[in-house]
Amino acid sequence: MSILWALIRRDLTLAIRQGGGVGTALGFFLTFVVLLPLGLGPDQALLQRLAPGALWVALLLSVLLSASTLFQQDYEDGSLDVMALGAAPLELVALAKSAAHWLSAGLPLAIAAPLLGFLLNLNPAGIWPLAISMITGSLALSLIASIGAAVTVGLRRGGLLVSLLVLPLYVPVLIFGVSASAGGPQIATAALLILLALALVSLVLAPLAAAAALRAYLK
Amino acid sequence: MQQFANPARFLALANRILPFIWVAAIVAFAAGLYGALAAAPADYQQGETVRIMFVHVPAAWLAMFVYAVMAISSAIAIVFRHPLADAAAKCAAPIGAVFCFLALATGSIWGRPMWGTWWVWDARLTSMFVLMLLYLGYIAVWQAIDDPHRAALVARVVALAGAINLPIVKFSVDWWNSLHQPASVLRMDGPAIHSSILWPLLVMAIAYTLLFLALHLVAIRAEIGQRKIRALRIAAIGER
Repeated sequence: MSILWALIRRDLTLAIRQGGGVGTALGFFLTFVVLLPLGLGPDQALLQRLAPGALWVALLLSVLLSASTLFQQDYEDGSLDVMALGAAPLELVALAKSAAHWLSAGLPLAIAAPLLGFLLNLNPAGIWPLAISMITGSLALSLIASIGAAVTVGLRRGGLLVSLLVLPLYVPVLIFGVSASAGGPQIATAALLILLALALVSLVLAPLAAAAALRAYLK
Repeated sequence: MQQFANPARFLALANRILPFIWVAAIVAFAAGLYGALAAAPADYQQGETVRIMFVHVPAAWLAMFVYAVMAISSAIAIVFRHPLADAAAKCAAPIGAVFCFLALATGSIWGRPMWGTWWVWDARLTSMFVLMLLYLGYIAVWQAIDDPHRAALVARVVALAGAINLPIVKFSVDWWNSLHQPASVLRMDGPAIHSSILWPLLVMAIAYTLLFLALHLVAIRAEIGQRKIRALRIAAIGER
């Protein structure tokens, strides 16, 4: 357990003190939101209808892009070999890195999204459902992205491959995330529960899959 | 199954049964196509376009079946370290992708006269499209990683992670209201379609499955040949 905390703390420290972490992901999110009305036209009613879905797609892409190199640096400088030889199993390392990524990227993005929603004329009544569903969903997103990051860790041009592998797995999170933040009260509750279930299932399965893929590269 | 871990023994068996599978596939296709195009009655509502069903539905079944074969092979590769399981999974992927594409294309052609549109973003269609993307991702993994042993280890993870989509495809029509009709053959209380249409459909499904079996065996045979060539090349470099 203390190893888990140590790994999470290490990654959080790196994310905060190194450039290219949280700030860049937020910047990407902001740019996406600014570009959207330019592409769709400034119609306020249209933007209000599209806002939850558009914010979810933006969340998906920013989490994916920031997590696609989750293991890259540690793999290249050899830290990952040391972690693999250490006392903690590789599954725990993968879990710790996904958790740190969620805390440093997914959570800030999920909290910032409803605020950016004002730019898209988001319905004020939809702010809380959106925030809660995004906080839940981003955990699943970070975990699923860790599988893609592990699968492509040793590849020189893995960036596009990660998107091709991970985005199809994001589909259920997107569907239930949007209906949890934009559906009626009953649908929203049911969708939120399914979203929570998706997060819990990926909490169990994603570290296993990521560790299996990492082992293929560490041999 | 373990005795076919020896590629030579597997090849001998494959060579012996392949002609029979080809013949059976051709016979099944002939019977199925006759039943589908000539014997089956035209639908009272859909007219002759209902015959698209006989090529569309088996392709969709096979697209899911082949992914299941891929996922099960990958699981066998992880659990039993069967040396041909990875080859089986690798060779199934392109065939499954083509079946998936056929299901999407014929469905689109069928949807144009029936629903009045080539494509709708409905649960069944979207999840089938996602299945297509999973196939492409899996194939891309094999192509992106140079070392075949490492590629096999990574591809297993990708195949099993994508298998989560299979139940979503199957039950998408029950979970969401959709334009696509719900399951009408594999149901708890028996098929909901008339026997005059049901039997050509089942024969076509058998024909598609036999075709997949034949193509899969040929592909695995080619894969074993490729491995052998690779091993010989490496040995030749070592001798030089």
